[in-house]
Amino acid sequence: MSQSSVRLEIQHLSRAFGGVPVVSDVSLTIAAGQVTCLLGPSGCGKSTTLRMIAGVERPDSGSIRIDGRPVFDARTNLPPEARSVGLIFQDFALFPHLTVAQNVAFGLKTDREAKARRVDELLERVNLPGFGPKHPHQLSGGEQQRVALARALAPRPKVMLMDEPFSGLDNRLRDGIRDTTLEVLKEEGAAVLLVTHEPDEALRMGDEIALMRGGHIVQTGAPYNVYNAPVDRAAAAFFSDINVIRGVSRGALTETPFGSFLTPGHADGGTVEIVIRPQHLKIDLDRAGRGPSPTPMDGTAARGTVIRARFLGRESLVELALDEGGQRLTASVPGVFLPKPGTVLWLMIRRDRCFVFPHPA
Amino acid sequence: MSLATRWARFRKSEGGSGLALVSPTAIYAILLLAAPLATILLFSVLTDGYLVVEPVFTFGNYIETWTNRIYRSVMMRSLGVSVAVTVLTVLLAYPVAYFVSFHVQPSKKSLWLFLITIPFWTSYLIRVFLWKVILGYNGVINSGLMATGIIDEPLTAISYNVQAFVVTLAHAYAPFAILPIYVVLEKIDRSLLEAGQDLGESKFRTFLRVTLPLSVPGIAAAVLIVFIPTIGDYVTPNLIGGGKIPMIANMIEVLMLVRDNKPLGAAIAVSAMAIVTAVSLLFLFTIRKYLRGQK
Ligand SMILES: Nc1ncnc2c1ncn2[C@@H]1O[C@H](COP(=O)(O)OP(=O)(O)OP(=O)(O)O)[C@@H](O)[C@H]1O
Ligand SMILES: [Mg+2]
Repeated sequence: MSQSSVRLEIQHLSRAFGGVPVVSDVSLTIAAGQVTCLLGPSGCGKSTTLRMIAGVERPDSGSIRIDGRPVFDARTNLPPEARSVGLIFQDFALFPHLTVAQNVAFGLKTDREAKARRVDELLERVNLPGFGPKHPHQLSGGEQQRVALARALAPRPKVMLMDEPFSGLDNRLRDGIRDTTLEVLKEEGAAVLLVTHEPDEALRMGDEIALMRGGHIVQTGAPYNVYNAPVDRAAAAFFSDINVIRGVSRGALTETPFGSFLTPGHADGGTVEIVIRPQHLKIDLDRAGRGPSPTPMDGTAARGTVIRARFLGRESLVELALDEGGQRLTASVPGVFLPKPGTVLWLMIRRDRCFVFPHPA
Repeated sequence: MSLATRWARFRKSEGGSGLALVSPTAIYAILLLAAPLATILLFSVLTDGYLVVEPVFTFGNYIETWTNRIYRSVMMRSLGVSVAVTVLTVLLAYPVAYFVSFHVQPSKKSLWLFLITIPFWTSYLIRVFLWKVILGYNGVINSGLMATGIIDEPLTAISYNVQAFVVTLAHAYAPFAILPIYVVLEKIDRSLLEAGQDLGESKFRTFLRVTLPLSVPGIAAAVLIVFIPTIGDYVTPNLIGGGKIPMIANMIEVLMLVRDNKPLGAAIAVSAMAIVTAVSLLFLFTIRKYLRGQK
């Protein structure tokens, strides 16, 4: 990513409502053609961040640059219409009194023929050829979403902001529309900031994920890294259910029912949390009391009894209680495997698949 | 099956109880609305005799209404005054409605609407008299101006003329115009305005291209609510106009009660009704594009 291709650069952006900080010191950089997903739980300040970039909400402090040009800082505050920013709303916000074609053409300042050409081109691109004369209320949710996309793209914005643009759509429609949207956005080469509270969506759509919590960005990185190297327990928990095993670190080693874990860098005598996602718990059958023979990577196997198993189609969730200590753990296994309650199983934790965090005070 | 059991069965049926429920209203409407209207229609095609209405069919009253220059000019003046009142009222009402909807804190909106309706607390007649006191020959404005020595003689241009009752009527109908406009403005999704600005339009251009077209249904309601009753208004011209410049309603009164020409009065009334309907429909037809197809 060369310095010159940076489209959107926000630094130390903060905003408080009535003394309550909602967005605190948020910094982000997005390159042309890059999709960054702003991911976080409800109310963490995602929409507020987006609205500040769009210019409809005024930041308390910080700066926003688009293509190197300041659009907001201590001295500048460009109005939304001067920022070259496209915004797609959760409810699409299509103009009900205009046709699809007029909606798409709304932001175009060219002459009539050029407008018509661009509208046709965009409607073609979002797979809605011939929809021009219809009115928004005649369209399905998915079609409205694509019109909103075409409308926002029409003036060729440098930065595209999307606030949960797929949350109003039917689950099965969603994947297809996400892919179309992504394709079109890449072709247009805008820097995209997509707000979502769904980790699956962020993982699927983002070149980069910025994880937000309580107004702060807690982690930024490629989806693979954010998923596989979370900065803390909550970051790990945001993407899936997790199992947490507590232990006390002594001399860089922590003893657990699963053998010892290397916990360098943690205070001697301090409590640590070993976090493992359900799909990374390895399960083996009891085979008449003869346990599995784990590799060094798996450490020691621990015996557990199935309490409950739920079939979810693609996978089954198996809840177990460890024989030693009785701790409850959840494992996710392929859907073909559905053990009865009371079944005795062996569990292993792969050392490279778990995360160790200090226990928060 | 005897008639009695049929009747009993009808009374128990859904249709029967429905009819029973609406019948008081229906009787009221038929007696007080449909019947007088039918009488007027009937009178308008009968012949006027001396002191009586002769049951002889004629179109003469309508021919008289549409060809006599006096009736035509009074009709035109009434239309002109109504249009002027409507335009003035809506032009003044829109900014008020806009202000309350967009710039008043949500918690204070009800208070504002309440304040807007306060003029209704006094009778219409009293409000009209009030304007008479303000605008009259010896009224507040004239005596004030004379006391300060700005003028030597009372201005006649402000009282007993068309301007005077345009002002009076515009004031009287203001809340009727503000409320429907306010309601449509409230319904406009605020994200549409943000979308307009994001697409590169200034606040003012966004207003012209988004807010204004979306508020057309409210404007249309306001226009009709003001236009239809003002053209038939009879009290205000009588009091403010001092009877000197009768509007069509005063004309009808004179014909019906003073000159005792009920058929001609009825024909003018029916014609006025037809004209109001035609103008209203024409208006709705012109703006139909903005009235349909919105969710
Ligand atoms: N105009 C405002 N006045 C006061 N508080 C506000 C305002 N706008 C947002 N907030 C508060 O700021 C916090 C963050 O709001 P924001 O809309 O940014 O959350 P979000 O991350 O987008 O949440 P969601 O996923 O639910 O949309 C919320 O607690 C909200 O109540
Ligand atoms: Mg939000």
